[in-house]
Amino acid sequence: MELTLHVWRQAGPDQPGRMEIIRATGISEDMSFLEMLDKVNDDLIRDGVEPIHFDHDCREGICGTCSLMINGIAHGPEEGTTTCQLHMRSFQDGDSIYIEPWRSRAFPVIKDLVVDRSAFDRIMQAGGYVSINVGAAPDANSIPVPKEDADLAFDAAACIGCGACVASCPNGSAMLFVSAKIGHLAHLPQGRVEHERRLRAMVAQMDKEGFGPCSNHFECEAVCPKEISARFIGEMNRDFIRC
Amino acid sequence: MAYQLDAKIPAGPIQEKWTNHRFNLKLVNPANKRKFKIIVVGSGLAGGAAAASLGELGYNVECFCYQDSPRRAHSIAAQGGINAAKNYPNDGDSIWRLFYDTVKGGDYRAREANVYRLAEVSNNIIDQCVAQGVPFAREYGGLLDNRSFGGAQVSRTFYARGQTGQQLLLGAYQSLSRQIARGTVKMFPRSEMLDLVLVDGHARGIIVRDLVTGEIRRHAADAVILATGGYGNVFYLSTNAMGCNVTAAYRAYRRGAGFANPCFTQIHPTCIPVSSDHQSKLTLMSESLRNDGRVWVPKKKGDKRPPNEIPEDERDYYLERRYPSFGNLVPRDVASRAAKERCDAGHGVGATGLAVYLDFSDAIQRLGRDVIEARYGNLFQMYEKITAEDPYQVPMRIYPAVHYTMGGLWVDYNLQSTIPGLFVGGEANFSDHGANRLGASALMQGLADGYFVLPYTLGDYLAREADMNVKVGTDHEAFAAAEREVRDKIERLMAVGGKEPVESFHKRLGRLMWDYCGMARNAEGLQKALAEIPKLREEFWAEVRVTGGPDGLNAELEKAGRVADFLEFAELMCRDALHREESCGGHFREEHQTEEGEAKRDDENFSYVAVWEFKGDGEEPELSKEPLTFEHVPLTTRSYK
Repeated sequence: MELTLHVWRQAGPDQPGRMEIIRATGISEDMSFLEMLDKVNDDLIRDGVEPIHFDHDCREGICGTCSLMINGIAHGPEEGTTTCQLHMRSFQDGDSIYIEPWRSRAFPVIKDLVVDRSAFDRIMQAGGYVSINVGAAPDANSIPVPKEDADLAFDAAACIGCGACVASCPNGSAMLFVSAKIGHLAHLPQGRVEHERRLRAMVAQMDKEGFGPCSNHFECEAVCPKEISARFIGEMNRDFIRC
Repeated sequence: MAYQLDAKIPAGPIQEKWTNHRFNLKLVNPANKRKFKIIVVGSGLAGGAAAASLGELGYNVECFCYQDSPRRAHSIAAQGGINAAKNYPNDGDSIWRLFYDTVKGGDYRAREANVYRLAEVSNNIIDQCVAQGVPFAREYGGLLDNRSFGGAQVSRTFYARGQTGQQLLLGAYQSLSRQIARGTVKMFPRSEMLDLVLVDGHARGIIVRDLVTGEIRRHAADAVILATGGYGNVFYLSTNAMGCNVTAAYRAYRRGAGFANPCFTQIHPTCIPVSSDHQSKLTLMSESLRNDGRVWVPKKKGDKRPPNEIPEDERDYYLERRYPSFGNLVPRDVASRAAKERCDAGHGVGATGLAVYLDFSDAIQRLGRDVIEARYGNLFQMYEKITAEDPYQVPMRIYPAVHYTMGGLWVDYNLQSTIPGLFVGGEANFSDHGANRLGASALMQGLADGYFVLPYTLGDYLAREADMNVKVGTDHEAFAAAEREVRDKIERLMAVGGKEPVESFHKRLGRLMWDYCGMARNAEGLQKALAEIPKLREEFWAEVRVTGGPDGLNAELEKAGRVADFLEFAELMCRDALHREESCGGHFREEHQTEEGEAKRDDENFSYVAVWEFKGDGEEPELSKEPLTFEHVPLTTRSYK
């Protein structure tokens, strides 16, 4: 396959960026999207050009590091798929592909396609935990949890913190991320104790970080690689009004 | 001078060792804890858990990771589960049985006392994780569910769908986040440790590169914990994350920390096969799949028919045939070698002939698609994304791949390395898995080290070392010298000015290691590798091209530094593999096998931990030995028949 890539290049946080056209040649359809970029980078380096910087690590869809807007869609055209799990068989020979970083005021660009998502960590630090010290835990089976609750908690906990929800929201809202973290602990008895305090603290931090409000577009749910349901946003809003 | 290795195993019956030891460990007064600064490198299960626990205790902790967030450490990718001796299923499990299985599974190359402690604290881990809100799988009655795993005949594995590592890591990350908010832990993401700093022979700090700004920084402390994972990426292709590397451990080795059993690497039997040269990494399909999947190849050599057209009596379920009592659940090393043996004999399937089938059709028929989907849904989905084949319809194709490294920095019972004040946890140390790790034991060990061992033993060190009251600042000459070395290496890498990308050298090294130090090894191959690696290293330092500059984010520079270390470390691995004239666990020397092709151990001559000491560039490392004694698990030939 041969492709025409339109890639966002930006040398550093305070530098101006621009879209650059780069030819990708010798691409096979079995390559993952990132392996395609590896090949392009290999060619660039051999030509003495600095390669395209992008975030990636586990390359099996679980660490949440990879983060590309591909033809305007966070993580590209396949549903429920991270960028690293996207394969070139989803594209046609001769295609033009637009590759941009996550776009959000709360996620400033570091270089090329790499952004700073530390805002998510700070939201977690505001209250995204159960306040229990090591050694203080009762026997694991002393608190039965209905299977339905445990499953629901898991559905929320599956969030990989990639930020695709924010990147695709027209408001740059982090509601899907925050509600997934809240929902995970809210559906377990261990997490209920601090639920209201956690909710208030995490929402306050979310606002402080400059994420936008939610206006129910649900672009977030559509692009979430772990298919986290927007129901958790509804639950969070309901509980927020209550407290 | 060779190391004087003292494992510091406490006296007394094995069941009481840890309890007695905890009593004998010195304590640090609560008011004094905040005066001690501790550096934790790595934020996976071991590092994240240690940093959080030490923070809870009141120590002043600095935690470093190369990822953009501590939540992304590669522990996150563990799929299948975590072992514990809870015996909830009432099937005869006990601490003793978990201990026994782990020592036997490790092919008698682990230290008994450490393994017993691991089994002992395994139950506390499950309690701790449930209390944190880890959403483990549950039964309809609301209690925890278990599954079975390779190398055990009981169901002792707790799991959270196919994402157990992710959920456990998020638990540790949440605890860590709480401590960061309380100010006890300061987190440094996107920071890579490039050297260890010793003052008067004690670990007193590290040199890091800020990966965003390129700034080289000094950090001083009273003790350093390395929890930097394994070195599987020396093979280039592995199930490790792209960033996993040996640099922190290798730099510690160069500073005097003994490296134990570097040749013990685990090749995981169920991975998606390599499809072509462009491949950047291999994807594991959890071992838990072997609970319900049956492994087979066609009986006829080179049979190219689609799997569904091969009738039952023309299939060879070779694991069930060779190992009737454990069947598809034999340990990883055994399953991997059996797959290689079938493929080498010409029975392999798929385009390359380097794959076997993992077939779920029986299980789907017996249990229904819904049950299989609930158990393995995400794994099936992942398989389909990568291969474009539907495993509900056609059997998966799998092949062994590098997954885990049992070798690591040598530690005593306190998890302290040969350098006082340098502690090592998780995959980065060597202690608990011997020559082969059982499935679902890595998560157990990482969390055991982080939550339940290091917080105790580190305090003892700080309380005992009187000179800990003398604080060392980053203006000490040792810091300046280490920083100079780090800067010098970066400058040298940037100055080579060759034409070949870093990745290309990494691939070539990986190929060499896979061919000669992979699933099967022999003296001739290892000697060849030992001759080739220095040549490749020389070529690297003459031909590599590192684009960009030393400042700011530069992925090529990061990779170059790591590959440069792999190019040195690979030699140590081959040397260790060559010296160990026996087969045990994941280390299979072709010269040492039974007539049936099983690993042949030599307990008389090799029942020891091989600990290597760095002697300088161009010098041969010196071997020291920690003898292993087995008082509780009698040395027998491991049999899963």
